[in-house]
Formats: sequence, C-alpha cells, structure tokens
Amino acid sequence: MSAEPSLLARLLLKQEVEDFLYREADLLDERRYEEWLDLFTEDAHYWMPLRRNVPRDKPEREFTRQGTDANWFDEGKDTLRRRVRQILTGIHWAEEPPSRICHIISNIQLVPEAPPRPSPSEVGVRSRFIVYRNRVETETDFLVGKREDLLRREDGDWRIARRKIVLDQSVLLAKNLTMFF
Amino acid sequence: MPCPTSGSLKGGSVNGGDLTGLVDVDRGMVSREIFVSETIYGQELERVFARAWLFLGHESQIPRPGDYVVSSMGEESVIVCRDAAGRIRVFLNSCRHRGMKVCRYDEGNTVEFMCPYHGWSYGTDGALVGVPFAKDAYGAQLDRSRWGLVEVAQMKNYKGTIWATWDRAAPPLLEYLGGYTLYLDLLLDAWDGREGGTEVLEGTQKWLIPCNWKFPAENFSGDRYHGVSHRSVDMVGIGPSGKGRRDMGERNQARWLDVSFPDLGHSMIAFLRPHDAPLAPAYQDAPVVADYFRHCEEERRRRRGAEWRLFGGPGTVFPNTSPLARQPRTIAAWHPRGPHQTEAWRWYLVDADAPAEVKDFLRQYYIRYSGPSGLTEQDDMENWNYAHAASRGTIARQYPYNYQMGLRRSTHAFEDHGLTLPGVISDVTEANASEHNQRGFYTRWRQLMEAGSWGEIATS
Repeated sequence: MSAEPSLLARLLLKQEVEDFLYREADLLDERRYEEWLDLFTEDAHYWMPLRRNVPRDKPEREFTRQGTDANWFDEGKDTLRRRVRQILTGIHWAEEPPSRICHIISNIQLVPEAPPRPSPSEVGVRSRFIVYRNRVETETDFLVGKREDLLRREDGDWRIARRKIVLDQSVLLAKNLTMFF
Repeated sequence: MPCPTSGSLKGGSVNGGDLTGLVDVDRGMVSREIFVSETIYGQELERVFARAWLFLGHESQIPRPGDYVVSSMGEESVIVCRDAAGRIRVFLNSCRHRGMKVCRYDEGNTVEFMCPYHGWSYGTDGALVGVPFAKDAYGAQLDRSRWGLVEVAQMKNYKGTIWATWDRAAPPLLEYLGGYTLYLDLLLDAWDGREGGTEVLEGTQKWLIPCNWKFPAENFSGDRYHGVSHRSVDMVGIGPSGKGRRDMGERNQARWLDVSFPDLGHSMIAFLRPHDAPLAPAYQDAPVVADYFRHCEEERRRRRGAEWRLFGGPGTVFPNTSPLARQPRTIAAWHPRGPHQTEAWRWYLVDADAPAEVKDFLRQYYIRYSGPSGLTEQDDMENWNYAHAASRGTIARQYPYNYQMGLRRSTHAFEDHGLTLPGVISDVTEANASEHNQRGFYTRWRQLMEAGSWGEIATS
C-alpha cells in the first residue's frame, strides 16, 4: 500500500523542520551565535511574555501582551544582534567566562496539522524546550517551556520569522536571561 | 599605609544593639557581616522592614473597587486592594485562623478573599465575613470584629505610588521622605512638569538574585563608579538614539550631583543643567518621540521655574525601593529572601497621556536595558551574585568593604545660580563618582538597627 502523497510531503516537511530546529540548537550550544542570527528573517520578532498567577477563568490575564506590556523579551532582530555582539565583546561579565548551555528541543509539531499545499513558504511549528545552563562552578539553571515559531522559506532555506517563548515560571528563578531560546 | 582590616572594625556586635564596629561611615568602612550574617539579617527584618515605609505598587494596577494585586513587605506577602468604597487597603496575606494565604493569585478582582484551608472569608475591607459552621461550632465565642485580616499601620498613596508601614510610630510618609520628594517627583511627575500623571506598564518583572538585598539597594543609591560593569553594553549600543547605554546629551552638559539625606537614608544620582542650557537633542532615531520630549521640555521650563534644570537618575528610598527617574524610567523593590537571596520586582513608568508610539518606544528601551533580560542589568546581577558569594567566607568576612571615595567632600547648602537644592550634596562633576550616597544609606541603616523604636530615633 502506498502512502498518500500529501502524507509523504508532510513527513518530509516535518523532518526538514526538525532538522532545522536541531541545527539551530547546535549553533547555540556551540556558541556560534552569529550563524544562529542568520537563521532569523530581518523582520523577525522574538517574544517572551511574563506570566502571572490568575484565576482559571481569566486565562487572558495569565500572559503579558506583546506590543504594550512589560515582557521578558519583545524585540526584533536588531536587539538580538546587539545581544550577540555583547557576548562577543568578551567583557559581558554575565556570560564571561562562558556558560555551558544545552538546549533539549522536543515535542515538535507542525501547525496546522496538515499543510495546505506542497512546499509551503511558511510553516508554524510548536516545540518544547529544556534550556540547561551551568556556569562558573556550581551555578545551574533549568529553564523549561514551550515555543511557537513561524518559519519562512527564504532563498530556499528556512528562517525564523516569529518566535513566541513561554517559560513555565512566574517569578524567574534565574538571575538573568543571557541565554537564547 | 596599613590596610584597613577587620581588626579596626571588630568590637561591633553581630548580636545587635551596638553596630559601631560594623558600620563606620566616618572612616568609610562597612563590615561584610551585615551582608552575610543570619543574625543581622533576622534583626533587619524586625528593625528595618517591620518599621520602614515600603513601596508596594501603583494605583493604576487597581483602578476599580475589588481590584487587588499581591505584593511583599520584607519576606511577607501582602494584599493591596481597593475596597468596595474605593479606598486602597493593605493586608497581611495570611488567614487569622491557621495562617494559610488567603490569596495566591498575583492580581484579580473579587468581593472577598476566601481561605482555601477552612473557609474563613474576608471582605475587601479586611473584615471577617464568613466562618463555616459559625453558629454551631463557635456559638457566641468568636468575636468576628477582632479576627479580620491584619492591616498595615499606615498606608499612603503618593502621586499614584502605594506605600505602607507596619509601625504605627513611624513618621508619616511625607515626613519619612522629607526633602527627598523633590527628587522622587522627578520620577513620578509628568515630563512636561505637571504633578503626577504617570502610570505603570502592565506586567511586573519578578526574579531572584543570589545576593543580599543591600547590594542592589546601595548600587542604585548612587554607584556611578561601576562603568566597567557596563562597558560591553556601551560598546554595542542600546540607547534611544542607537548608541551607548542612554542618550548622554543632557548629562554631558550638566553638573553631576550625588544627593543624599543621611538622616533619612534616601539618595539619588542627580543632574543639574546649566541655567542657560539649550535643549539637548535626544531620541533622534524616532521623530515622534523626539518631538514629544522637546515639547515636554519646553513645557517643563515654563512650569517649573529654575527647577526645570534638575533631572534624576537612579536612587534609593531607604530601605529597598529604587526609583530610576530618567530613562529607563522604572521603580524597583528589592525584597529580602534570606541573607543570601533577593527577589527583585520591577515596574516601568510612562506618562499616562503620552502618545502610544512614545510609550511603545520607551517600553522597548526599558526592557532591553533593565532586569534579567536587559543588556545592562544582566551584568549587575552577575557582579552582585559573586561579590556576595565571595564575601561569605570565614576569612573574607574579616575584611570590610571600602566606602572611602569622596569622604568629606559634600555640602549641606548646594546652590547654583540662585537654585538651592535640598539634601547633602557631593558635586562629582570633576571627580566622576563618590560613595557619598552609599554612606548616607548605611548611616540610616545603622540608626534604625541600633534604635529600639521610632521614638528613640525621634529623640536622638
């Protein structure tokens, strides 16, 4: 029995997306930050809201809003570029000496479930992360959460056009967020 | 020259009362013990945090009756709510029956706070309004009027900022702030010189820093000396005009003043522009924003008389509230969480009636500068973290910190072209920096730690 062409296309697309996200994690963990930046479109948006403890019937209040509220991140590629340049100065003390960082990316799902047509130019992807950071001697952070990405095909390669990062913490348990998600 | 070591600072008692040997402001030395000792930390909770006025939040967070936010005083959780009559009330977040938190949400709107343990419930005025099986289980034994939520002794809304103290004997907030209100107003008044008129952005950043709460408090009080901490961000440029940490035009033409009120403990890094200063260009990457601030500046000069020349930077309202009066315009509270940990809370302020585009421009600058994701403060947290960690050892704590920069270089009556400024002021325009403000902070710290009550301070 032969698989339906659309199912096959979907599997190939999913494989392509997974490879892309794993390669991205490698670039970060190998501290190849400039190459990592190249994975973003010029108009990319990178957002991590704050989270509040609110009643179950007020879910709209749980997250701060992009564009109007205080957030952990709500920025474009220009600010991301400055973050990378700051690390590369060698005197960004919060990352000097460099941290040991490991990105575990899993639960990768395409959104919507079925791509509307073969070789789409954009695809939504959901994933989960564990970002482990260990630095200096015993300092260790585990940051766990979810991501929602919009990937866009540019010149034949996938780029990240939008990334929403949902960290599963309210009071941030890390002293800073010098790592990328 | 002999190195100042603990030898000269010993004699102070870690057990409290006399802190002479631990805090020697006149010689510019402070023992590391006051940062790392469990005993002293316990005393701070009683003598500083249970007595002082503490910042809790902003009225714009609770506009309607029944609105509440949870805040913190010392280590303890408090509920800041607007009661049915529209009054702001502050209560200890702990049921009177068995202590359970009656509210574990960060914010919301309610008619009552019901304890999830045994079901006692309280109105937004703190009154005990519900007791399960009250009639059968208690009969006439329970006098509800005596078992409402514990309310703070004093609460004050100052230009939208909400403050409270547990101590009935504490001086009223305006007396506690004294002449410092001139500087605090640089944060809380609208840029165009109107009184008040500020609001906070939605969303309070909260995070843990592994250091004693006094590291951020004294850093904000007046540390102009830590340029090396931030050299990397100066190099990459995040300022409103795309360079440096901030737009420096107006600072570069100003006198640099370290303003302290040692008898009150408050301080601010302030700037005084020349009386004939032209408008300094700023925010040039964003014409709408540049226009807004130019307009505000002109209005400010018209409304404020000679005081238009003054603008503020970071400061600290003793003990743990740090306003940052000029962009990024923020207010932070450094909540103690044990001697070795601080929970930082950060609110961001804007003019309530500024155009949306201006608010958004500032918001983006604020969050790329401040807090754990901010390119500037990330490095502060690293330094406070490891300064604290390296001060805990048996040997390390025998050696005091040095606060000798600019000793005896301050004046009580600073005057410039007819403008007299309140506070004890060290003009550091040429020196670049001093530790005048930090010495003022520890003067007040010692005063509160040594005094048995507010009464003793008033009469001393």
